[in-house]
This record gives sequence, structure tokens and C-alpha cells, in this order.
Amino acid sequence: MSDVRSENRARFGVPANSMVFARGVRKTYGQLEVLKGVDLDVPEGSVACIIGPSGSGKSTFLRCINHLEKLSGGILLVDSQFVGYDLQGDKLYEVKDDLLCRRRAEIGMLFQSFNLFSHMTVMENLIEAPTQVRRIPLDQAKAEAEVLLRRVGLADKVDRYPRELSGGQQQRVAIARAMAMKPKVLLFDEPTSALDPELVGEVLQVMRDLAESGMTMVVVTHEIGFAREIGDQLVFMDGGVIVERGAPREMIANPQSPRTREFLSRVL
Amino acid sequence: MGVAHPTEIGVEPGAAAAVSRLTVVPQRRYGIWIGTALALLLAFLIIRAFASNPAFAWGTAAGYLFHPSIMRGLGNTLMLTVIIMLLGIVVGTVIAIMRVSPSPVLRAFSGVYVWFFRGVPALIQLIFWFNLSLLVREISLSLPFVGTLFSVRTNDFMTPFFSAVVALSLCEAGYMAEIIRAGIKSVPSGQSEAASALGMPYRMILKRITLPQAMRFVLPPTGNEAINLLKMTSLVTFIAVDDLFYTAQSIYARTFETIPLLIVVAFWYLAVVSIMSVGQHFLERHFGRSDVRRDPLTMRALRNAVSLRGVTR
Repeated sequence: MSDVRSENRARFGVPANSMVFARGVRKTYGQLEVLKGVDLDVPEGSVACIIGPSGSGKSTFLRCINHLEKLSGGILLVDSQFVGYDLQGDKLYEVKDDLLCRRRAEIGMLFQSFNLFSHMTVMENLIEAPTQVRRIPLDQAKAEAEVLLRRVGLADKVDRYPRELSGGQQQRVAIARAMAMKPKVLLFDEPTSALDPELVGEVLQVMRDLAESGMTMVVVTHEIGFAREIGDQLVFMDGGVIVERGAPREMIANPQSPRTREFLSRVL
Repeated sequence: MGVAHPTEIGVEPGAAAAVSRLTVVPQRRYGIWIGTALALLLAFLIIRAFASNPAFAWGTAAGYLFHPSIMRGLGNTLMLTVIIMLLGIVVGTVIAIMRVSPSPVLRAFSGVYVWFFRGVPALIQLIFWFNLSLLVREISLSLPFVGTLFSVRTNDFMTPFFSAVVALSLCEAGYMAEIIRAGIKSVPSGQSEAASALGMPYRMILKRITLPQAMRFVLPPTGNEAINLLKMTSLVTFIAVDDLFYTAQSIYARTFETIPLLIVVAFWYLAVVSIMSVGQHFLERHFGRSDVRRDPLTMRALRNAVSLRGVTR
């Protein structure tokens, strides 16, 4: 496996500490081109925040990272490996479902609408993938789940159903569920957009803790304050391309592109 | 000045007294009173007619209630219902999964299946399968170089009971497929998306995430289907399967006690339908439980009583 990684690194110029590496990522739906060539580097242990107006392709790009959307062009490597393909010579072979699933399991994803399994309790949500996909023994999975729930501050909610929790609590459970698979990277698709304003803080706090513990994160968000405080890099997308990128503080204080400036002036 | 309590705000003593003197006079619903009176009168007339008309022969009906042939017929009716419903659910689930599959050929196949088996009346399908031997004399499996593996005359296995099971199962599967497909569609797409993101393969998502959640939407109409099916099995009388209705018919063909025996038949259908309704209620409670705000005692009791889910949890 590490063979494949070093081969890819040499061939595509992937930096040694790269966790997400995108070059010329394109995505089209019929005539509509949603992504028009996106390049991104997310080093291991860093946090990349993606901002931009709705319809700019930022969510689509995020979904390309774990191959929920197939790329129409370009390459996307996670931990120096293709997610949905095997590279042999100059051909990218689509991998079989079970291998794709195994690779996807290493990439956690959080959604705007939480998407907790509504027919399962909090505990069942957390142990579902570890026991079913990874075949971890039930006791071990439960023990690990309890640790994670304590970490997100919801140890007392193990037997609750998602509907009985507030939005903020649901999103924290969703984060714990993603962490239960011990992912290499976490993708956040507007994790606080569906929350009441007073619940945003608790979710951001959990994300802040994760970032401080060294988790690699790619966060699509409207929370400029969070991006400034936690982000290692800030990316502004518009019209399917990255318009501007940089260190969050400088970019927010002094945007170079007029489109970035206009967007920031509207959300700040 | 302390912090004002809500009731203290700006209510003067005089106004408070005026408010407390008020009483509410309920609206007079004359229409409902008249309707109630009419319904009671109607109920009285019906009961009197049933009780006083000797042609109903309640005594005779009671005598036949546990008659051995009736019991055998009831047993056959129940057996047919259970077998057909189970086969209908299994085949219907397969057809429903085909209908939501990515393959257009599978989708089309299941679409045609539903169109045909829901479109042709059950009675006609029943008689068709019963007369299959007119169409296919024998069924055999032959392989080149090996020869005939087995061969069986259609008439030998297409007994009335077997044709009834085949015909009504295929028909029922058409209805079940539509119910289950609607159930699958009712599960928000975010659920399977989240499961995919966790690395669950398609079949596991169907089995563990989508279908269990579809159950909540599928169960009420399935209960209705089972009740309809119970009554639909009376059609097998046409091909001489001795179900409840057929045995009653063969008794009154001899004794001319038509009405008492029809009462016996109606009684048993009603009794079984009532029991099924109670069962359906509990099943719905079980599968709807993530929907309900917490009610620990009944939830626990139900979960222990009707544990339909995997042992792993």
C-alpha cells in the first residue's frame, strides 16, 4: 500500500504530508459545469475552511473528496491514494464497491441535516458502522462509543433517539459517529447551517477540540469567525473555481479579489 | 420595586374582578343532537330486526360455529392467507428493490410486473393458473448432452391449493411491491448518504438503514393488505379449494340453511380481522417507536414483547 502512495507522490508531485490533494477537479451534470478545475492541498493535521456563495460548488467539491460524487475530470487523492480508482499505467480503474467502501470508511463526513439514523438510538448510531463494516466486537465498539460521547459531552444521551435531541446535540452525535470509524480526515458540509443560532456554539466547540487534537478537517462553512480562529487556510470559491486562498486572518482582513471582498462584506 | 411577575403587570383590581365574573356558555350543537338521536334509533331498529326475524336462525348459526368442516375450512383460509402473504412480501420486496435499482432493465421488468399483476383481476389470474395445463402440458428441465433431468405433468402439481397459492401470491406481490417501493422512497436520501459516507455497502444500507425505516411507512398499508387478502382468499371457492367459504357453501348446498351459514362465515372473518387489527396496532407501535417522544415503560415492554430486530443490539 505504501508503495502506491510513494508512487503517486512521485508521479503527481504530492507533498509528503498531504492528506487531501486535488488537481484540476471538474464535475459536470449534463451541460452544467459545477466544478471547473479545483486545486487544493490540505496537509495532515490542518484545517481548511471553504467559503463561498451558494451554488459555488463547494459542497460538490466536498462530496467529490469521499467519492459520493464521481469526478468528471482531474484527480483527487486522500492520503496520497485515489478513493474511487486504482491507477494502473495511464488507466484509472473504478474500484469494486467493497474496496470503495473500505476507503470511504476512512473519510468521515458531516452533513448540514445531521442524517443520524432515525430508527436507532444514539449508541446504535455510533456502533453501527464499526460493528457492521469493520466487524469490531460489540463490547469494544460500545466502550469506544462511550468515550466519544463523553468527548462531545453527551454521555447521558446514549439511549435517546435522534428526534429527542436538539439540533446541536444531533450534530455532536453525528461527529462522534464519524469519529467512531477513526477517520484520517473529516469533511464538514455546512455543519451549523441548520442550527438555531444559540446551538451553533456547542458544535463549533466540539470542532475546535477536534482541530486542536490534530484532526485533519475540510470545512465548508458560513461561520467566518470559526474559519478565522481555527482555519489554517481559507478558500473562497465562486462559480466552480477557487477565487482566492490564503491565511484566514489576512484574507479576511485584506481580501485581494473584488469578489472575495464583496462576499465577505455581505456575510461579516 | 421588585421584578414584576407577569400576572402583576397592569391589572387593576376592578378589571380583575370583572374578568373573574365572566362565564363561558358552550355553543349549542343541535345538528349533532339530532344526528345522535337518529343513529340510536337506527341502531335499535337494526338490532330488533336481526333479533326478531326467525329467518336468521341464530340457534342454527351457533350450532355450526365450531362444526368440524367449518373449522377445517377456517384452518385452510388462515393457512392460505399466511402462506400467500409471506410469499407476497418476499416477492414484493424483491420487485420493489428492483424498482429502485440503478439498472433500467430491472426497473422496467418490475414495472411491467406490477402493471400486469395489479391490472388483471385476481379471480381471472386464479382460474388461469388453475387451468395452466391447457397451456403447458408438462414442465421439464432438459440440458443438452445430459438429457431430461426431470419432467412432471402440469396437472399433477397444479392442485387447486397450489394454484391458489401461486396465483394469489403473484397478485399480492404486485400490491406489496408498490407499498414497499413507496416506503423506500419515503426514507430521506440523507440516510443512505450518511451510511455510504460511513463505508456501508449498498446491500447493507438497504438491509440495515433503508428497509427498517421504510417499515414504519410500509406497515399500516401492509396490515390492510393482509386483511384484504384474508377476504380475497374466499375467491378460491371458485376452484374448489375447501376454504371457509367453500365448506360453508357445501353445507348449505345440502341443508339449505344459507343465511345461518353465511352468518357463521361472516363471524369468523370478522373475528380474524379483529385479531389482525390488534396485532397490526402493536407492530406499528414497535416500528414507530423512534418517532414517539420518550415513554420508557411502554417502549421497553413493547420492545421486549415484539423483538423483531437483530440480536446484535
